[in-house]
Amino acid sequence: MAAYLVHHLDLAPQWQWLAFLGVALFQCGILLGIVLTAAGGFTWLERKVSGRIQDRLGPTRAGGRFGWLQALADGVKLITKEDLVPAEADAMLFRLAPYISFCASFAVYLALPFADGWVSQRLNTAVFFILAVAGLEVFGVILGGYASGSKWSLFGAMREAAQVVSYEVPLGLSAVVPVLVAGSMDLVTIGQMQQGWFTSWLIFHDPFTFLTFFVYLTCAVASVNRAPFDLAEAESELVAGFLTEYSGFRWSLFFMAEYASMTAVAGLAAILFFGGWNGPLPITEWLGLNAARGPAAGWAGDLLGSLNFLFKAFVGVTVMMWLRWTLPRLRIDQVMTVCLKYCIPLSATMFVGVVVWTYLLPGGLLLHPRLGEVGERTMGPEGASLDSPGQRPGYRPTLLAASPNGAQPRDANVARAPFQGSGVPKDTVSQGLRPGLSSRAPSGLSAGESTGVARKVAGTLRVPSALTRSVRSTTVIDSPILSVSNRARSGLKTRVDKPPAASSANVAQTVSGPPKEWSP
Amino acid sequence: MINWHTFFFWLFALASCGFAVAVVLANHIVRMAFYLILSLGAVAGLFFLAGADLVGAMQLMIYVGGTLVLLVFGVMLTAQGPWVTMKTGPLQLLASWLVGGSLLVLLVWAAWSVPDWKGRTINPHAEAQPTASRLGLGLTGVRVDQLQQKDPVLRRGMSGYLLPFEIVSVHLLVVLIGAAFLARAKKRAGKPTPQETHGP
Repeated sequence: MAAYLVHHLDLAPQWQWLAFLGVALFQCGILLGIVLTAAGGFTWLERKVSGRIQDRLGPTRAGGRFGWLQALADGVKLITKEDLVPAEADAMLFRLAPYISFCASFAVYLALPFADGWVSQRLNTAVFFILAVAGLEVFGVILGGYASGSKWSLFGAMREAAQVVSYEVPLGLSAVVPVLVAGSMDLVTIGQMQQGWFTSWLIFHDPFTFLTFFVYLTCAVASVNRAPFDLAEAESELVAGFLTEYSGFRWSLFFMAEYASMTAVAGLAAILFFGGWNGPLPITEWLGLNAARGPAAGWAGDLLGSLNFLFKAFVGVTVMMWLRWTLPRLRIDQVMTVCLKYCIPLSATMFVGVVVWTYLLPGGLLLHPRLGEVGERTMGPEGASLDSPGQRPGYRPTLLAASPNGAQPRDANVARAPFQGSGVPKDTVSQGLRPGLSSRAPSGLSAGESTGVARKVAGTLRVPSALTRSVRSTTVIDSPILSVSNRARSGLKTRVDKPPAASSANVAQTVSGPPKEWSP
Repeated sequence: MINWHTFFFWLFALASCGFAVAVVLANHIVRMAFYLILSLGAVAGLFFLAGADLVGAMQLMIYVGGTLVLLVFGVMLTAQGPWVTMKTGPLQLLASWLVGGSLLVLLVWAAWSVPDWKGRTINPHAEAQPTASRLGLGLTGVRVDQLQQKDPVLRRGMSGYLLPFEIVSVHLLVVLIGAAFLARAKKRAGKPTPQETHGP
């Protein structure tokens, strides 16, 4: 995006940083806008849902018919409240703790894609990154509870610490299951693999992923401290738990962090289990809104996709609110029992089950094949011929060739791309412009040579082609932070894994050759 | 022109070193833990800056997340009074200066003896590359970073680290289960546990 701006505005080199800064601020602004607006909307929704479930009306006065200005009224009230620090408190930690929670839950959105490629930083370990950063939110709670100098706060912080440490394990295990099916930790790739009808959603991949979703839901509710796992707040026992001494804006920061992380875990669930931005019906395909029809159509398709994604995330949040008024709060020993005796064994069983399932039925039971068959490990012929001049020595990301007898794609007209394996539908091949999804014509060796070489040196270890796919999809670093200086130094050349002029004919020619190929 | 890469490198490096010094200078245990969080988090930022996103996320997950939750937990469970401060005697101070100083000297000496790290030889074409796939493939035995290795004897050694990794993981799991078993509340026959009598 920044490179696009620099290119089209024809900026002088000394002003290019402005483009990067502008893009960074723009992305931050969009994310903050979505997260904060969603937090405001969710406070209103929470009141309404709570009211309706308890046979009340909820807010009705502020702003007209449905009380839709209630969130704004709450915000004004909270900002104008006095910023109190108890005399017993550790003032510095007490003041800083809300910011830690908020920053951690906001940083999750750095790697969470809203649509195909609409992510501020595409990481190829995005699932892991999100789980790691989301786990940091607990520090704000623990520090705030400890620094308040109040026994209610300390009780809340202790419970939170015990709960979060326990629930990280089954949460991670159940998030690994769809990653295992998809063969990638890149959320964009996982979303792209679920394109099409709702039958390609990973929750419907096999019975194990279906059950895993419910384990994930339980652990996600526990990790964001929502009822029935809201022991850290526990209004009826601990006054307000770790929030007892907080008031005003710092209190609302904790709440914004809670709503932001609720949306984040719901969005992660939407991508991991419910197809992400791909709807139950392939409406964008019917409308022809993909990047093959030009950038505007692709943008419109992505916009629809992001609305779809946001809708799924909001449904997830609403389910959490519904759970809050349906289930009573658990005791701390019951919380531990749910985690240690049920969630961890269940998620471990699902993990083993899904491994066995994908091994025995790599093509799925009756749905279209998603995982290709196994590829072969190939080593370079003494290494020398693999070094095309001018390339960086060391890592060759695409030395692994896909299996020649891998599963065929759904559409027989599509020539089989080596990257593709089997699951990615046709338009991603034909457009060939999706970053990280495109293969490239072999530069060092011709296709025939490379096949021979690959056969000659084919190793014995068999690697699933999903692994091969993830190797090929190197992350496109489009962040102004990470790669600006390098881009500037190298004259803003694009990354190698974006084919410079990959028209559909070009790609089709590439992929119709023998499936093994060497590309830099 | 602002070189953002350098800017963020210095930002994270200064934050990491500064908060590390703050850990040493503070004498209030929870504040030390807090500074340690910030210092380790800044190191994770350095990893992200170098394009090692997997290592950065691991740093956040393992060091910042796991270790410090345990530290805060330990402090809360073991502290007798509300605000725990550490008082160090002169002998402890001397010993810690000796150990810490010699470690620092050793590390600085080791860092300066790496020939690649001397001088400012910046590869203008180097770009941050994702490392997760390389690490994962290396773990399973596909050493994509060692494809130039010509010596067949050395190539046989590159069989991956999956088995030792799994052995260590299972061992850790056994240790965890054993610790939970040892630390569980002993239930006497016939008598209810305190939780059953008093409630939470």
